Amino acid sequence: MSASSTAASGQDAVAATVSPERQRFGRLLIRASTLLLGLIIVAEILYSSGVISFGFPNWQPVLIAFVLWSAALCWGLILRDGEAGWRALFVLPAILFTLALVIFPTLFGFFIAFSDWNLQSATGRQFNGLDNLRQLWADPYFWNALGNMVFYVLTVLVQYAIAFGLAMLLNADIKAQKFFRVAFLLPFMLSPVAVSWMIGKSMLEYRFGPVTNLLRALGWENPSLLTTPWLAKTTIALMDAWVWIPFMMIMILAGLQALSKDVQEAARVDGATGWQGFWQITFPLMLPVSLTTIVLRVIFQLKLADIVINTTSGGPGGATDTISSFIFREYKDRSNVGYGTMIAEVYLIIIIIFVALLLWATSRFMQRHS
Amino acid sequence: MPRTLNRILIYTALIVWTIIALFPIFWTFSTTFKVAKDVQLGHIIPWVDFKPAWLGLRAIGLSPDTIFTESTPRTEFIKRFWNSIQASIGASFLALILGSAAAYGLSRFQYKWKIWKNRDISFFFLSQLILPPVVLAMPFLVLYKELALLDSMIGLILIYTLSVLPIVIWIMKDQFDTIPQELEQAALVDGCSIWGAFFRIILPIAMPGMVAAFILSVILCWNEYFFAALLTSSYAKTLPVMVASQTGSQGISWWSMAALSSAAILPLIIIGIFLERYIVKGLTTGSVK
Repeated sequence: MSASSTAASGQDAVAATVSPERQRFGRLLIRASTLLLGLIIVAEILYSSGVISFGFPNWQPVLIAFVLWSAALCWGLILRDGEAGWRALFVLPAILFTLALVIFPTLFGFFIAFSDWNLQSATGRQFNGLDNLRQLWADPYFWNALGNMVFYVLTVLVQYAIAFGLAMLLNADIKAQKFFRVAFLLPFMLSPVAVSWMIGKSMLEYRFGPVTNLLRALGWENPSLLTTPWLAKTTIALMDAWVWIPFMMIMILAGLQALSKDVQEAARVDGATGWQGFWQITFPLMLPVSLTTIVLRVIFQLKLADIVINTTSGGPGGATDTISSFIFREYKDRSNVGYGTMIAEVYLIIIIIFVALLLWATSRFMQRHS
Repeated sequence: MPRTLNRILIYTALIVWTIIALFPIFWTFSTTFKVAKDVQLGHIIPWVDFKPAWLGLRAIGLSPDTIFTESTPRTEFIKRFWNSIQASIGASFLALILGSAAAYGLSRFQYKWKIWKNRDISFFFLSQLILPPVVLAMPFLVLYKELALLDSMIGLILIYTLSVLPIVIWIMKDQFDTIPQELEQAALVDGCSIWGAFFRIILPIAMPGMVAAFILSVILCWNEYFFAALLTSSYAKTLPVMVASQTGSQGISWWSMAALSSAAILPLIIIGIFLERYIVKGLTTGSVK
């Protein structure tokens, strides 16, 4: 990697002062460490496939070799490129770290996805071509979970509307603003697992939970919140909203506070025109912040899992299932690694396309409106 | 008169939402001190509806009368709590070190490696945000088994670092972009190296951003459940996994569940109350200009 600085142009001269011996040593270091890493990997592959009889019991030495190789690469670059090497040292560790932990597992995941592999069966991993894909195409639970995801993603818009309202309230000229802000933010800090118990299992308890009691007092005779399919889905969406509305609210509030004072004054007219002022002035000005918030929130929503897993485990009859919770059960209860991974990879492709389209649409929209 | 009405409406709405936001937390804390009868009768207000008892804390060995005696549940609870602290602090530190350096590099220098430039490197880091945990979960399970990292603290810290790294880079890059470049140029002229200028001049100025990134990372790691549930079993199990495993089993007493949940959320509530400023700063970076 070569780097040139915009900040200090005079520093480029330093790079030229690296002596030839140092450069040669740096190059040698990089090559030698790469060779060593390659040798260890090859030896481990040969050992684990039974070709040679000596080796390490697990792959941990390869990991250590990779860490050492990374260190040698960084050092070698500094020796070889001088100043440019020092600059590369800023980003290189993070890149090597991410590459090692993402690229390899993702490729490996595709490898697993095309195999019949149940951790509990004795046969081990067997390549089965497109069988998993065919099974997925015919799996009603997968399509059901995907449909639920559409529903959960759409609820983000409702959460946005509520969050906008709350942000407007906090931005109004009120007393104890700090108290209300902290109180409104707290749900976002809580662990989804704890929320699942606090609300899902305890407050919505059918016999004596405070919420069911309240609903009964209001005249609802049979508040079966988590056993009726559509109600369960709505309840999960509400719990999810309870956790995530603060996040959107904070973003929108920051946007509102960044608006200039006279804009806010113009929008804040009493009576009937207050509503118009909002739609004609505040809302259009808030569009960029709103879109960023919604896009971020949609990306997080695509990972929704913890609350579903711990409150309903996807039930009743898959009514609340998300793709993540469905795969989680496939792994945890059925140890069906091959099929579960295939669903995950297909889902990854779907969301990459979806997010790319979403980003493209938002940037087009922003360009047209600015 | 309309102005007064307006005020009343605003405060009513604020108070209603405060109740919505805080009641579940209050309910969980108060249930820790309820006996079975109070839970079943739906008693809510302590000292009025019911008489608080030490049930919940006794169940995890932390009530005044059990705190100095041997207690298996307490040992287990403290182990999980300590695991959660190690995993979240460790991962946040690692992500902060890797992320701050990368963000500074991307903010100040023009990199070029083959066809990849700064924009592509930034996009590479940020695109990790889209990756859902399920995609990595199974390969990691198999990989960790081969690397002997399954159910180990290091394994958990590595994967948590990976998941918060994009957020740290995002926050820190925004932070470094706001610091004028003249500052380190002056230091470079005085003979400081680029890393010297980074450590001595820039990092102290970027401290608020680092605190914000660190706190946000700690929150996300502390609450993480998906990877912990799949990749840990007896040794490295964290608090959320312990809470989740207790909810599944029937017959677990309400007060001890409430005590566990309270313990899981209490550290974050304290952070939320005292460090709200930094959380807001971290969340809103980059989105509001």
